[in-house]
Amino acid sequence: MNNTAAVNDKMSRYLKMAAGAAASGTPVVCWFEECLKDSVPLVGGKCSSLGELINAGVRVPPGFALTTEGYRRFMADAGIDREIQSMVTGIDAQDLDALEKVSMAIREMIEAQPFSTEIEDLVAENYRRLSVRSCMPAVPVAVRSSATAEDLAGASFAGQQDTYLWVRGADDVLHHMRRCISSLYTGRAIAYRANHGYYDEQMAISVGVQKMANSFTAGVMFTIHPTNGDRSVIVIDSNYGFGESVVSGEVTPDNFVVNKVTLEILERTISQKDIYYTVDQKTQKPRAIEVPLERQKVQSLLDDEITELAWMGKQIEKHYGQPMDIEWAVDKDLPFGGNIFILQARPETVWSQKKQQTVAKPGASAMDHILAGILAGKRLK
Amino acid sequence: MEFPSPHEVETIPGTEGWKRMYPYYYQFTTDDPKRKQYEEQAFWFYDGLHYPEPIYPFDTIWDEAWYLGLSQFNNRLFHVPPSRGIDHRILNGRVYISAVPVTEPEEIGSRVPNFMERAGYYYQNWDTLEAKWKVKMEGIIRELAELPLSRLPDLEDLSVVTEGVGESKGYHLLKAYDDLIDLGIKCWQYHFEFLNIAMAANVVFIEFVQKLFPSIPLQRITQMVAGIDVILYRADDELKNLAKKAIELGVEQAVTSSREWTQVEAALKASPKGQEWLAALEAARYPWFYISNGTGWSHKDRCWNDDLNIPLTGIVTYIEKIRLGEKIDRPTEEVRVERDRITAEYRDLIETDDDRKAFDELLGTARLVFPYMENHNFYVEHWFHSVFWGKMREVAAIMKEHGLINEIDDIFLLRRDEIKQALWDLVTGWATGVTPRGTTVWPPEIAWRKGVMEKFYEWSAPPSIGIAPEVITDPFAIVLWGVTNSSISNWSEVQGNEDTDSITELKGFAGSPGAVEGRARVCLSTSEISLLENGEILVSRTTAPSWAPAFTKINACITDVGGVMSHAAINCREYGMPAVVGTGHGTKIIKTGMMLRVDGTTGVVTIVR
Repeated sequence: MNNTAAVNDKMSRYLKMAAGAAASGTPVVCWFEECLKDSVPLVGGKCSSLGELINAGVRVPPGFALTTEGYRRFMADAGIDREIQSMVTGIDAQDLDALEKVSMAIREMIEAQPFSTEIEDLVAENYRRLSVRSCMPAVPVAVRSSATAEDLAGASFAGQQDTYLWVRGADDVLHHMRRCISSLYTGRAIAYRANHGYYDEQMAISVGVQKMANSFTAGVMFTIHPTNGDRSVIVIDSNYGFGESVVSGEVTPDNFVVNKVTLEILERTISQKDIYYTVDQKTQKPRAIEVPLERQKVQSLLDDEITELAWMGKQIEKHYGQPMDIEWAVDKDLPFGGNIFILQARPETVWSQKKQQTVAKPGASAMDHILAGILAGKRLK
Repeated sequence: MEFPSPHEVETIPGTEGWKRMYPYYYQFTTDDPKRKQYEEQAFWFYDGLHYPEPIYPFDTIWDEAWYLGLSQFNNRLFHVPPSRGIDHRILNGRVYISAVPVTEPEEIGSRVPNFMERAGYYYQNWDTLEAKWKVKMEGIIRELAELPLSRLPDLEDLSVVTEGVGESKGYHLLKAYDDLIDLGIKCWQYHFEFLNIAMAANVVFIEFVQKLFPSIPLQRITQMVAGIDVILYRADDELKNLAKKAIELGVEQAVTSSREWTQVEAALKASPKGQEWLAALEAARYPWFYISNGTGWSHKDRCWNDDLNIPLTGIVTYIEKIRLGEKIDRPTEEVRVERDRITAEYRDLIETDDDRKAFDELLGTARLVFPYMENHNFYVEHWFHSVFWGKMREVAAIMKEHGLINEIDDIFLLRRDEIKQALWDLVTGWATGVTPRGTTVWPPEIAWRKGVMEKFYEWSAPPSIGIAPEVITDPFAIVLWGVTNSSISNWSEVQGNEDTDSITELKGFAGSPGAVEGRARVCLSTSEISLLENGEILVSRTTAPSWAPAFTKINACITDVGGVMSHAAINCREYGMPAVVGTGHGTKIIKTGMMLRVDGTTGVVTIVR
């Protein structure tokens, strides 16, 4: 065992002790790979699904989570529960201005609170190890909130919790963790809880810290046709840079329809892509920049990447047993074959919630089907 | 979408009077207002699938045979509820066809019970009935082969007297010709015995799967149904076996010594091993080399048994491939495994049990009928037709001997009823010892008709005429001819574009997936296959099983006519190379040597200019 390793080992034992010191015995931080899909109460939906994916053998950028236990201890240490409670109580959920004002005040208050030294150490050490694993100093990460309550993860709150891209350094990671925590108190979130009778004490949030893919291309993928519900296809939207431009709808992405069974590309629509998100090398901050003219109408994913991506989508769907909504990225620093990463996967909600309708008349014989088919005639596109 | 009106298409200068070359009921009519109106409102499309070239007067026999066969089974036997039959016309030597629907809902409804009973009976008893069909079919092919056709003697044989026959060879000639025509028509009765309802089962399965999976490519559906051991591959398989056998026996030098069969045969006869190989060839060629170079519909389509140079070319190609260590066998096991895999995967994606049950049932029926859909083609168009054309040439030899025609193939410039008349002329002249009048009537008429045919060849036949409907609903038109709304609009697009040199993109059906780039080689007949170089892209009107050797050389295939069930599409899927079929005008626009990009997944051909 070399010197560094020995130090690491010692350090890790110390940290385990510290983590275990919590009265509940629940960890404050944990690696994604230690999570599974039933880890939602501990690490929220996003992080548990990433853990599930990693354990299913899917290529996911590594990372760790500040657990809900970490969140609770942060809030308990800060001792601001009561104050927040008094600010929220009796608020008029219809009064948007008031909501926004209260939200700002609460968020500022939360973001000003320090983490305990213990939590800071745990987070910093995991971040350091993530950097070592990634073979780069102060590895750029995405810091995302990971909600626990199903309602919060549902459609009405999609996109409400924050995501911070290209965060570097332990201090910045801690800072953005606080911002994620404070996102529980956006105006809309406060109003939603007021309207639905949720108490703030019932809430918990986890924060995921994930190595950022230095994406050349990124986007989303549905393992069902989002417009006609065809389960035999995978539909991919892609643009250059980080996937944010696609997720937010800021550009019309390239669109590919891939046969799920054979992985052949059935349709490709190449759009004019004006902007993309990438990191500004000078400021080390992500920003939207204009796509160079000669690349605007060029297919943003290679055919081989499309096929590989669709194959990954198919495996993920198989693992979950239902159509999925997936975020992905193609890393520009890695060679083809190992450069495609899954950043997020969640069950598709629109078609999956529709009542399944049969095409065939139930109980009919083959002859009945043939007659019905002949009578209907054939209409082609 | 409007195409030329059938009555306004102009007669090609110099062909005036061409209509007498075909039966009167094949003409578009202007003197009967009712019929004229019907013709104007119908949508006629060029049957290039069966007739990539202008049709010769005699060859109209097969057109009439299926005109009758298809329609009678639809309309008078199975009572297919919404569909009567397919109407036919000939225009400037080209056959145009039009589907005749049943339009009144009450009438459609009243046909349902009959259809259910009759078609249901066939589906339920398919295997038994199909076995019966095979016996019938082989019976009439035997009858045809044994049909006696002999020269007219100066004096009848003494045995006619001693055995009290009481009939002459002149009478026998007339009877043999009648029998020949009758067997031809009868064979086509059997051709359609199963075909209509086989197609129906197939189309309904396709439609059902398209409803389940709106984005599924048609070729994936046909892949689920396709059989593996199809008779049409048999001829090609025999070539491969003969190539292997040649190497096994060590006679491959002799086999590849010449492209001329007679020389190869002579070389092989010289050794016992060579004789053994020749025996293997003899065993393979009957009936498997009764495979036509074309569709089998034209007298010009000769079969391998007529010209052993063609299978020889194939055998030589395979020997060369074996020498280079290439695999020549069809990857049947891979094809089977892939078919079963995709079927199971699609099945798993079906969401409800009812749909899964319907899928199983319809797939079962589609697979049940599939072998017939493929195999009838070998029995009728290849085997029967090849023997038939041979018999017709025997008739022609007698006519030539008596001076009614100058060349054997001149007989095909006469209508079949004209031939019957000419034979009467011949036998009465023979009986009385007077020169038949036809000796001065037919040769000049035939010479004129040859000129007309040449002009017909030059005519660029519009893919369709009349008024295109909003939607095409006839299942046969879609599956066999590749007529759909999109193909019609593609045709009209290209048709409207006078400047064919400026066209850079052609659309057709995605026949077989994948994309490649390469040089084009336009082959209008099998005789041009030998010009193909490795890696070229074959561009043809259509392809047939006898084109099989071509598929081992090319990287992709483009045809003018045909849907996803056409021979070219099936073959390319089998060989795993892209195909775009039913482009309408491929052979007209693409020239040999052009650089092409063929995308068989989207059905687009790009000309790199």
